[in-house]
Amino acid sequence: MDIVSNQQRKKIHPHKFTMWVAIGSIVMMFAGLTSAFIVKSNQTNWVPVEIPVVFWISTAVIIISSLTVQLALRSFKQREMNQYRMFIGVTLLLGVAFVILQWLGFQDLWAQKITFKGAGAGQFLYVIFGLHAIHVIGGVIALIVMFIKAFAGKTKLYSAVPIEVAAIYWHFVDALWIYLLLFFIIIGGK
Amino acid sequence: MDLWIVSMALFVVSSLLGGLNYISTILNLRTKGMSMTRLPLTIWAMFFTAVLGVLSFPVLLSGLILLLFDRNLGTSFYLSDIVVNGEILPNEGGSAILFQHLFWFLGHPEVYIILLPAMGMVSEILSVNSRKPIFGYMAMLGSLFAITILAFLVWAHHMFVTGLNPFLGSIFVLLTLLIAVPSAIKVFNWLTTLWRGNIRFTPATLFAIGFVSLFISGGLTGIFLGNSTIDIHLHDTMFVVAHFHIVMGVASFFGMFAGVYHWFPKMFGRYLNSTLGYIHFWVTMIGSYLIFWPMHYQGLAGIPRRYLDKRGWVSFNDFPELDKMITIVSIIVFAMQLMFVFNFIYSIFKGRKVTSTNPWGANTLEWTTPIRPGHGNWPGEIPEVHRWPYDYSKDGREFIPQTEPIGENESKH
Repeated sequence: MDIVSNQQRKKIHPHKFTMWVAIGSIVMMFAGLTSAFIVKSNQTNWVPVEIPVVFWISTAVIIISSLTVQLALRSFKQREMNQYRMFIGVTLLLGVAFVILQWLGFQDLWAQKITFKGAGAGQFLYVIFGLHAIHVIGGVIALIVMFIKAFAGKTKLYSAVPIEVAAIYWHFVDALWIYLLLFFIIIGGK
Repeated sequence: MDLWIVSMALFVVSSLLGGLNYISTILNLRTKGMSMTRLPLTIWAMFFTAVLGVLSFPVLLSGLILLLFDRNLGTSFYLSDIVVNGEILPNEGGSAILFQHLFWFLGHPEVYIILLPAMGMVSEILSVNSRKPIFGYMAMLGSLFAITILAFLVWAHHMFVTGLNPFLGSIFVLLTLLIAVPSAIKVFNWLTTLWRGNIRFTPATLFAIGFVSLFISGGLTGIFLGNSTIDIHLHDTMFVVAHFHIVMGVASFFGMFAGVYHWFPKMFGRYLNSTLGYIHFWVTMIGSYLIFWPMHYQGLAGIPRRYLDKRGWVSFNDFPELDKMITIVSIIVFAMQLMFVFNFIYSIFKGRKVTSTNPWGANTLEWTTPIRPGHGNWPGEIPEVHRWPYDYSKDGREFIPQTEPIGENESKH
């Protein structure tokens, strides 16, 4: 019986595991959308879209934020709490910046007369990038909570699990964004 | 309609969160000694149900989001050249088939989301009430797993007549018919669990046996409908109605009823009234077959589904007397369900009281809790598990609960 309980202790933390399953679920949603995109892109009346430059800047921003969240996690584990506060703050700012940049990208597209009318890649872009932005906003809310806790918490924080869970999610939205951007360039942006 | 879509989206989110909880609880938070192969099949079925939900509902959600855009923001994901009340909608370039794909990618796993928990409960109830170990525990797991995988690969069999490429259709025929294999394994195992068992015919057992019967009947017509060629004749007829009502509707309800009758003593500390239970079972069982069996013939004769009144079209009006009979039986069977609801509510307050913690002599953990469990289910430590849940009629003992350590001279399962 001891062997069994030892095995159980080595197991992944349930919260982290739940996050991975949730990520699987989100992946399925975007898989549904991108496969719909593929189906539609082979039909008549399809209008491809050129990706505005703003989206490249937002890509750089979210990649850097992925780095900073990892640094935040490392400083937390080393108990460098000031560093941790700084990195979590920077990640938060970059996350907000990403959402604003996405909004600017949408405005750019709209100015190019790519609206909801007709058929084509533009409509999908709004829906898919918009949904992704909503997921990033969810991550930003989590970061805000952690940021406030890092400063205002009277009790000392020891468990790294919440930060790890948030970091996993943040890396995921980063990777998801890169996938979506490449997807649009390769399949949609002829 | 928009409100309906939004409520569906909320439902999707809630079922996702529930599914996440089930999956991580089952995989990460089992009690000491509860290895995966010591889990009751009910839990395994809930696990696979959650997996199906977590992976297929998001696709419906994305379909619904596109639908909301189409309806409110003028996009053309699905709509093209639509005329409503003589007016042409401005949308063009959309594809209605796309919605069907996104819908049925959930829609097919969904029928297993409904059916798998019933399968799990039936497995448990048949084993407990035939006082025999479940036949082929690992085969039961394997078939649940196979059904889960195949459920994701068969959605286009709902779309054979949408203009789908016939070659693609033939692949989906093959994958669809493959589901017959795990389904047959499960039926075989239920029957062999009952075989020469010391069967106690409680209302729960009867409903579980009824489930097996309905699952066979409805499953067989699934083989008809899974063939794209026969589907050209049978699609959109009463045959389809008969098939899915028996296999998914009534069968799942029977599984659910079996579960309610079986676990009611655990839920409320009182029994459901058995006499009403027997009446409920027999009327529902015979009634369901009377309602849905004739529909197969109607469907084969070409009667379409989804018509409220068939009198306006001569060739649809071949079976007016049969339709009358079906209607009358439906009313009777429905009334019987009201009686069940009455029994349910009445028994919560006035039912016969449960006097022992384990009234059915079952092995699983829920029957080791007090009759009226408090917060956390067990006073004190949570129990440790030493064996699988199906040690019935073993070594001369009628049942051995999971919490009992393996004896010295005991043959290990």
